[in-house]
Amino acid sequence: MNVMDTRATSAMLYLDGVHVSFDGFHAINNLSLTLEPGEMRAIIGPNGAGKTTMMDIITGKTKPDEGTVLFDGVTDLTRLDETRIAELGIGRKFQKPTVFESQTVQDNLLLALNVDHSVKATLFWRGSRAEAERIDRVLETIRLTEARNRLAGSLSHGQKQWLEIGMLLAQDPKLLLVDEPVAGMTDVETHLTAELLKEINKTHTVMVVEHDMTFVRELGVKVTCLHEGTVLAEGTIDQVSSNERVIEVYLGR
Amino acid sequence: MTPHMLTRSLDRSATIFLAVVAACGILIPLSNLLLPAGSFLQVPTYLVALWGKYVCYAILALSIDLIWGYCGILSLGHGAFFALGGYAMGMYLMRQIGTRGVYGNPVLPDFMVFLNWEKLPWYWYGFDMFWFAALMVLVVPGLLAFCFGWLAFRSRVTGVYLSIITQAMTYALLLAFFRNDFGFGGNNGLTDFKDILGFNVQAEGTRAALFALSCLALIVGFLICRAIVSSKLGKVLIAVRDAESRTRFLGYRVESYKLFVFTVSACMAGVAGALYVPQVGIINPSEFAPGNSIEAVIWVAVGGRGTLVGAALGAVVVNYAKTFFTSGMLAPYWLFMLGALFILVTLLLPKGIVGTFNAWWDSSKEKRTAAASVSAAAEDGVTEPKMAE
Repeated sequence: MNVMDTRATSAMLYLDGVHVSFDGFHAINNLSLTLEPGEMRAIIGPNGAGKTTMMDIITGKTKPDEGTVLFDGVTDLTRLDETRIAELGIGRKFQKPTVFESQTVQDNLLLALNVDHSVKATLFWRGSRAEAERIDRVLETIRLTEARNRLAGSLSHGQKQWLEIGMLLAQDPKLLLVDEPVAGMTDVETHLTAELLKEINKTHTVMVVEHDMTFVRELGVKVTCLHEGTVLAEGTIDQVSSNERVIEVYLGR
Repeated sequence: MTPHMLTRSLDRSATIFLAVVAACGILIPLSNLLLPAGSFLQVPTYLVALWGKYVCYAILALSIDLIWGYCGILSLGHGAFFALGGYAMGMYLMRQIGTRGVYGNPVLPDFMVFLNWEKLPWYWYGFDMFWFAALMVLVVPGLLAFCFGWLAFRSRVTGVYLSIITQAMTYALLLAFFRNDFGFGGNNGLTDFKDILGFNVQAEGTRAALFALSCLALIVGFLICRAIVSSKLGKVLIAVRDAESRTRFLGYRVESYKLFVFTVSACMAGVAGALYVPQVGIINPSEFAPGNSIEAVIWVAVGGRGTLVGAALGAVVVNYAKTFFTSGMLAPYWLFMLGALFILVTLLLPKGIVGTFNAWWDSSKEKRTAAASVSAAAEDGVTEPKMAE
């Protein structure tokens, strides 16, 4: 299979027939999914449906047993490690907010900036005006300008979620994978996060995993429902939420 | 607590530290050499040698703090790099003995003559030249650390597993150096040194100079560590320490960063060992003993990991206590005391001496600034919601 020299698909992300099993448990079962450039996609599904495992596969943390995972139509992600995939332009926000707690908000963003990440470049790094301005802009977007010098560990849960989204922005990836961005947020924060993601989607391709149906509805994008590691239904939120099987396994009657 | 205050406080303790080390490095040798023996302010030669040993230990502690305190790599085998640097220096000193050895062989060290060796093994070539030996002091520990780290970090061996294999590494070296046919003097190691760069190693002037050089090495090592940890690379190291996989997902090649600091740290430990050997007059396989490496980690924990100054301070404080307690009737209980010290520090002072002091200083300073800003705000008739913690 030679995919390096021909563009096999126009999709930003292309998953076909992906299988993963852990000790006989089929976490991902013949999963096929495509994400077009500039699209925002919401992924829903019950616990254990394989949502996080799917993100692990895309970001190189887990290697699939079989199947194709193509990024930008040309790159086979199953052969690369986390660092290489991040360098290619796939950013990830984790389910549990993971920021560098003992460093400041500003430094968290500085670390996330998509500049040369080699040992030599970071050792001899000198801050530039352009970098400082980018950090300022991100801080403004995620509403943390006031908290820029605070330690990330001292932020509230919602602020940490935003800081992590901010780190994704600083990374400026082509594709953002956002795992449960509004878990533990208040209604107001949830609303603001939806606005933020919509804003980000103007310039980036985004995949959001979320349980909060109000939030998913607010995003107003195409929805994919996963169940037992495979796609159960796909379409608008209304189509998916009226699907018999989705109601049965996920939404409940 | 703002980072600005944090760096300023670090700068303050760093400045004090550098001033103290520089003062010791200048005044102690001068007092030893210039003042008449027996006068109150004269530092006797045996103390110069003893303190010189502490300074070498402080460099070793600094090298451990760089990887453990900032990058979370707990090496329980750093004594191996220290000992390898020591052996490289020891080999130079052995070659300087020349015909003054017991057997009077101009090329072969005594132990080789004793073992009926015909000629010098190839790996002893070049050690008659100081520049070559000095280079090997850096290259041998650095190369071992690089190869070891390359294998370990690339396979993502972390945490306790890494600690265990570093321990195994130093133990393997201990066994190897014990063997006579390994070519480094076996059980007895290398000793009976005569001179270094033409100066008698026993002479007071040489000892004073070695002490001053050790202090200089400590200062240079400290400045290198400071430069590393205060660069952006230092922030990446802390990120690796706190959330390794997150750092990977940001596109940092974590194994390269670990390999870099691990190698730098091993070179520093090698320099410490090389300065240690001429001051104590011997290097033997017991320096590879796993217990030594663990002890060095305790120094860092006591002084305060991730503070650099604390590591150096911890090495001096614990070793001073060791000298004090092992020379009296409490000697048989020293290891129990060391163990108890480690447990107490872990339970009561988890940040170590310097870490606890810094935290206390920052919080009291914060209170003072908060009080000042509140009174200023009261005068202006506005309340300023600043630093609400």
